[in-house]
Amino acid sequence: MTTVVVILIYLGVLLTLALFSKTLFRGTSADYFVASHSIGPFMLLMSVFGTTMTAFALVGSTGEAFERGIGTYGLMASSSGLIHAACFLLIGIKLWAIGKRYGYVTQIQYFRARFDSKGIGYLLFPILVLLVVPYLLIGIIGTAKTIYGVTVKKVTPDGITPGAFPEFFESTNGAVPAWLSGLIISLVVLTYIFAGGSRATAWANTFQTVFFMVMGVFVVYLVSDALGGANAAMEKAKDSHKVRTLSSDGHVGVSTLTFASYMFIPLSVGMFPHLFQHWLTAKSANTFKLTVVAHPIFIAIVWIPCVLLGTWATGMPSMEGTKSAVVLAKMVSILIENPIITGLVTASILAAIMSSLDSQFLCLGTMFTNDIVLFGSKKEYTDKQILFIARGFIVGIVALVYFLALLLINKNVFDLAIWSFSGFAALTPLVIAALYWKRATLIGAYSCIIAVFISWITFYAMSGFGGEFTVFGGIVPAAVMWFIGAAAMIIGSLVSQPPSEKTLAKFF
Amino acid sequence: MNKKGLILIVFLVFVVLHQDFWNWDNSNLVLGFMPVGLFYHACYSLAAATFWAIVMKVAWPTELEKWAAGGPGQDEGGSK
Repeated sequence: MTTVVVILIYLGVLLTLALFSKTLFRGTSADYFVASHSIGPFMLLMSVFGTTMTAFALVGSTGEAFERGIGTYGLMASSSGLIHAACFLLIGIKLWAIGKRYGYVTQIQYFRARFDSKGIGYLLFPILVLLVVPYLLIGIIGTAKTIYGVTVKKVTPDGITPGAFPEFFESTNGAVPAWLSGLIISLVVLTYIFAGGSRATAWANTFQTVFFMVMGVFVVYLVSDALGGANAAMEKAKDSHKVRTLSSDGHVGVSTLTFASYMFIPLSVGMFPHLFQHWLTAKSANTFKLTVVAHPIFIAIVWIPCVLLGTWATGMPSMEGTKSAVVLAKMVSILIENPIITGLVTASILAAIMSSLDSQFLCLGTMFTNDIVLFGSKKEYTDKQILFIARGFIVGIVALVYFLALLLINKNVFDLAIWSFSGFAALTPLVIAALYWKRATLIGAYSCIIAVFISWITFYAMSGFGGEFTVFGGIVPAAVMWFIGAAAMIIGSLVSQPPSEKTLAKFF
Repeated sequence: MNKKGLILIVFLVFVVLHQDFWNWDNSNLVLGFMPVGLFYHACYSLAAATFWAIVMKVAWPTELEKWAAGGPGQDEGGSK
């Protein structure tokens, strides 16, 4: 009960802060979609970082370290520090400048203009939506499972801890059911996006990012204290988890080929439509400087404590056989045993989830409004009407994703995350060529998108529709798809007519 | 060699350094609690941040800001 009250207080504070930002809302569609290009360096850093870090940064990293060992950090985090910053600097700033100059608020607006084609938008739109939706489902389902886990009845060696609300939810042994927790989170996020758009999202993300970063470090301090200090905790950890060498059964460590090819996956930030929208909120190009430099450091601040926690857990007999997804929650409940701390940790996991969910909901609403309804429409819409359409779409998308999440609540959609990232990563040759290669043409762009889509479907089917999958002895599909996409882009462009002088003059 | 070429080479060196095959099976602890492989990558993150800070110092696209401000703005392609 206390845990639930702490979570509700957190949601209340978040909502108050995000709704306060509505007082700064200028009432225009430009303010709703891209905060009138007015977000400063600190808020840009926090909102971009919060958006790229999902619940996986806290829960998944701890679980992965528990299963694979310390190689988790090099595999997923330090490579992201290098590659994400490169994408912000080389793709983000340039797209910000183009977006600001020509008033674009979605990626598709840019690609349509750069390749002088309406069709490319209709091809790219469903693919981008298809890749974002699993990401959203993971957020809602992750929320439902996290809250269920902390409120359900627990049987421990010390006795039985009853569920949080046995009188209200008999069928779940007192745990808050998925439909309710999913509904509350969806409504909280919807409320502030509906009210203030990207400005409210930036404020909410800033608060949530600070919260989950502080809580991550705080939990490590408390756990290490309970284990007799960091040195003692690491002494007890399994030696197999202190190195990256792949174990004979292949369950611990990382293969060298997987480790090397995994560097392609962080490229996904270059094509995330929700990050494009965040970049557009920046006040100036200089605003990006703090984001580029601090991003790798922030990744270290969040991931190193979680990887340490997961490694320490391998030395605790009570953690033997624990599923990776619940390692963090179980360590907190066993070692800290304080309902307020459990509530704060749960709230920090929700913070990481919501700081990605809000941007993705907003971006889908923005894309539907601008790329489908307004594009090519002969009717002149007022700013008020555009806001009405965007808000209507956002309500519709939140409702659709909520019901889809309830339908898939018992399916393992978490496996889809890596496929979503891989698809976006494989599409980066498209944006790199569009920005830096004058010879890039519409045929090249079509070839790239179609080649990536076909290879994605092929690998996805070969994997058995989700889950971890590698080819050629350990190479991740994202790396192979990236080269296929790049080759298709180059060949398609070289065999077709160069872009017109007018297009080149506009963008180069 | 121009600045852009040098930055690309240093970036590729970073990609190679990320593999740190010499730490792959080293289980020694730094400061008594941090496995060498993890400590190396923590330092790598700081080095990456420093690298990008230097890149921005020496190769910042100063003209981009002015170019961004000089366009037709909302008239072309954007939200109406």
